[in-house]
Amino acid sequence: MKLDSKVPSGDLAEKWQNHKDSLKLVSPKNKRKFHIIVVGTGLAGSSAAASLAELGYRVKSFCIQDSPRRAHSIGAQGGINAAKNYQNDNDSVWRLFYDTIKGGDYRSREANVYRLAQVSNNIIDQAVAQGVPFAREYGGYFANRSFGGALVSRTFYARGQTGQQLLLGAYGALMRQVDEGNVELYPRREMVELVVIDGKARGIVVRNLLTGEYEKYWADAVILATGGYGQVYYLSTNAINSNASAVWKAHKKGAFFGNPCYVQIHPTCIPHTGEYQSKLTLMSESLRNDGRVWVPKKKGDKRPPNEIPEEERDYYLERKYPTYGNMVPRDVASRNAKMVCDEGRGVGETGRAVYLDFRDAIKEFGRKTIEERYGNLFEMYKLITGEDAYEVPMRIYPTVHYTMGGLWVDYNLMSNLPGLFVLGEANFSDHGANRLGASALMQGLADGYFIIPYTISEYLAGTKFEKVNEEHEAFKEAVEEADQRYKKLLSIKGNKTVKEFHRELGEIMWEKVGMSRNEQGLKEAIEEIRKLREEYWNNVKVAGEANTLNKNLEFAGRVADFMELGELMAVDALHRRESCGGHFREESQTEEGEALRDDEHFSYVAAWEFKKLGDWELHKEELKFEYVTPTQRSYK
Amino acid sequence: MEKKRLTINLKVWRQKDADSKGQFVNYTVKDVNPDMSFLEMLDVLNEDLIKKDETPIEFDNDCREGICGMCGAVINGTAHGPESGMTTCEIRMRMFKDNDTIVVEPFRARAFPIIKDLVVDRSALDRIMQKGGYTSVRTGGVPEALSTPVPKQNADMAMDMAACIGCGACVAACPNASAALFVSAKVSHLALMPQGRPEAARRVERMVAQMDEEGFGACSNHGECEAVCPKEISIIGIARMRREFWKSMFK
Repeated sequence: MKLDSKVPSGDLAEKWQNHKDSLKLVSPKNKRKFHIIVVGTGLAGSSAAASLAELGYRVKSFCIQDSPRRAHSIGAQGGINAAKNYQNDNDSVWRLFYDTIKGGDYRSREANVYRLAQVSNNIIDQAVAQGVPFAREYGGYFANRSFGGALVSRTFYARGQTGQQLLLGAYGALMRQVDEGNVELYPRREMVELVVIDGKARGIVVRNLLTGEYEKYWADAVILATGGYGQVYYLSTNAINSNASAVWKAHKKGAFFGNPCYVQIHPTCIPHTGEYQSKLTLMSESLRNDGRVWVPKKKGDKRPPNEIPEEERDYYLERKYPTYGNMVPRDVASRNAKMVCDEGRGVGETGRAVYLDFRDAIKEFGRKTIEERYGNLFEMYKLITGEDAYEVPMRIYPTVHYTMGGLWVDYNLMSNLPGLFVLGEANFSDHGANRLGASALMQGLADGYFIIPYTISEYLAGTKFEKVNEEHEAFKEAVEEADQRYKKLLSIKGNKTVKEFHRELGEIMWEKVGMSRNEQGLKEAIEEIRKLREEYWNNVKVAGEANTLNKNLEFAGRVADFMELGELMAVDALHRRESCGGHFREESQTEEGEALRDDEHFSYVAAWEFKKLGDWELHKEELKFEYVTPTQRSYK
Repeated sequence: MEKKRLTINLKVWRQKDADSKGQFVNYTVKDVNPDMSFLEMLDVLNEDLIKKDETPIEFDNDCREGICGMCGAVINGTAHGPESGMTTCEIRMRMFKDNDTIVVEPFRARAFPIIKDLVVDRSALDRIMQKGGYTSVRTGGVPEALSTPVPKQNADMAMDMAACIGCGACVAACPNASAALFVSAKVSHLALMPQGRPEAARRVERMVAQMDEEGFGACSNHGECEAVCPKEISIIGIARMRREFWKSMFK
């Protein structure tokens, strides 16, 4: 099967407009006849559901939480990029496009990224009209900042709660459509099957999380906006309920999975302190502007940090990267932290942490200045660790933060499965092999507000739909399949809890499919995951019953899916024998130990087709660069 | 640098479903790392219960960093526990002492029926939002962002109010189980922004009417809501809501 990206022809800057002009429209009267399912209510899902309902489609919106407003977009702190050039620093759509495609290490589509930069400005207009309280200056106009090393100040923010404010804007739009009767809301529902009829996505089966009942919903198109799969690693900055089950079920029904091995690992998180730990908290990487990263020179040095004299400290980033020092990019900082810990020089109770020391900055600028710059972060650190970072160095460690991979979609955001659209972090598009700061919010809202409302009409108007409803055989089969799975999980009554299995899977993924990967480790990971999966289905112990609220059972289903997706991530990482962005293959590095891309052999999107468990077929979508020239990064 | 581990005695509200009678059940959790979060301590207890073939305690939670608003329990009589300005998930075990007894209950209010154990139904808050927690704009049909300047002071005050996470602690803490702080936070946020003015009157009327219909009580200025609000939203919001409400009556 040939993957058709459906990227329109013509000049890069004209593609999206030309494409929109050529898309089919659905008449207002006919829009009422089309039913659309939207799964997930984060930025992408809420904005899509609201915008489609405004157009007149009949929308059903599903989420696993008790309210659409809980979706994990809410956790995004930093900001949202747009090419407004309000700061007169010569920003432009071209520059935002260029930074994003370069930041993605040249593993994304030019046309998609350019479109993203173009609509970035509409997003700001939309959010402002919704009343989102972006930071303002005294004149009443916007305060913008530079983020993640960008040379221009293009990031809009609402204190440290930009994701929350943008989500509440989209949630408000969704609530308005609920009130007007255009959206039916289904909270506390988990999608457990995608229903495919005559080769088209025609509905979903959800499990009502309060009663355990299966509910069947048909539609003319299904939109998945269910977020990323960072929770495969057990510990991540994702929310507890973040999961991959919706995209995984779609994958098993035929949707290709794009670049599953592209995972972003953020270097400045609060390290874990014990087995009980359930999540890791991100701290702004701005801390590295003034903090110095070090570990003891000696292995297993258990002295308190302040008792370790200067000459026995290894400021390894400053040593290895004299020019960039502590400011090296996320992936380089993360990988080096892991390396020194693997050498046995990690610090803290678990030995999986490095110091981020503000002693010298406090000496140079005074405590007050440091307080002004990072006061809230120091407070957060103290709350979680009980330590005062003004007195003792912070301990930090990298953590999984975002997944660039996801279901493969074409320029219209439709998967290879007709009628199945995928938005936001759940799809693979736009960020290539690495995402830049303040770009996730931008992509989620671009997809939901400004792309899907146009592109979905092309599919709806151009497709002949057979009449289906919930009585169709395919729905019965899907319910049966889901029911069998949950019954089986409850019936095993083994000796290990879901959490124990999840933690073990996370350890394999982190050690062997994490920051630094090699052929041997990846092959081992595949074997270990398969073994663990087999054990899971024979020895897992799931509590309680099926016909009631049972979070342990919910998790059991999600972990079962992580066990399969984890293998595909390793398979993809093994096949991509190059380093790019967040994917570092030890076999492919420069003499200085930096990531080395192999454009000749790997300038493509890897889209995996599910054959059967443990067996995938690779399809390649070649990436062509007509407007930018891929170059190698260097931070020495 | 091993930290001293704690032993914690818990009295947890267990209730099978909305129709069953609930009761407190005692548990002891040993070897608690003081760095654990309160919910992680419950995770540890739940793992233990699962291994003993008992039913784990159900509690809502998601982001575990104080922003999603999904968690919430009354801990020793206070919604979201002993420290102000925090959600339940942000509470750490070092805030308790060795051998402490901690009473854990769901948020209780007529408008928040109990679903199971510590899980309650807060969908009433969504239904209030449906009546006006937004500006009525269509996607795309909006002016350029710069066209309406917003005074910094307004933007800042609006942000103070917009910080509400919709957890419902204000309702749980209020002797009247009023949702006034929740509703006023959204009313105030949008009343302070020029974009929210055109429908300010309609918004406050409709949201307040829905609040009453859902069975929330009236506000009698106790201020308990402000004291437990994890985002420290001020009851100044309630004053502003009242002003908006009276203004709407003369429109």
